Amino acid sequence: MNQGIPLEYYLILASAMFFIGVYGFLTRRNLITILMSVELILNSVNINFLAFNRYLFPGKLDGHFFSLFVIAVAAAEAAVAIAIIINIYRRFTTINVEDVNSLKY
Amino acid sequence: MEGKQIMFVIFAIVIVVFSIFTVTSRKILRAAVSLLMVLIATAGLYFILNYQFLAAVQLTLYAGGIVVLIIFSILLTSQLDHKFEVVELKKTIFSALAALAGFIVVATTILKHTFEADTAAALEVNMEVIGKSLLNTGADGYVLPFELISVLLVAAMIGAIVIAKKGSPVKEEKSNK
Repeated sequence: MNQGIPLEYYLILASAMFFIGVYGFLTRRNLITILMSVELILNSVNINFLAFNRYLFPGKLDGHFFSLFVIAVAAAEAAVAIAIIINIYRRFTTINVEDVNSLKY
Repeated sequence: MEGKQIMFVIFAIVIVVFSIFTVTSRKILRAAVSLLMVLIATAGLYFILNYQFLAAVQLTLYAGGIVVLIIFSILLTSQLDHKFEVVELKKTIFSALAALAGFIVVATTILKHTFEADTAAALEVNMEVIGKSLLNTGADGYVLPFELISVLLVAAMIGAIVIAKKGSPVKEEKSNK
């Protein structure tokens, strides 16, 4: 049922997405854009899990449930991160990571 | 090429192009919309892989939930006509080199390795199977991570409320004394 698209295509696509996310994580200076890079990275991992599950272990559901839990953790992480970002914005009136440089004042 | 392959190519192009937009766009709202496109294309890939339930979860939770949350926080914290400064050339080059080197290592490893598929018969993933395995305590059951996720979600919800509440709780405690 999956003939025509080799497994390697999915893996290469996911790793391209992962390293684009890493590039964004290294170059961005705004907290929200850094969070978006992290979402890209998490998403690429999900593609990997599902491709492995479908191609290599079609009789099991481990990859399927793992990516389900990754999505739930990503949602929780995004909620907490955005709460922290809004709190930082209230104190510093900026969310640029280079201007947020004091732990306590 | 048959339909599936054409769809895969379209989704792959959308994912790569919009991922690059997401990390390079100088306007933050455009970056968020590009991220939305990436997540929707990923849901399309899940449909190609025949995981309909997970594609629906991806669309509702990621594309519907997280992106809306991100867009709300952008509207709360940024001026929309603000453009980011251009990243220093040195930093761009070194980050791109690091990412490219990582990608080349991973890609060559993937292409060299031969994957051996399990010969078990394909399991149909419908709602009955998903529901029964999520709440099953037996060998193929996932009730423990399921419960852990529910605890985590409660903790995240309480944490988010406490953190984002007006005024820090530490300061309030001090002022009460």
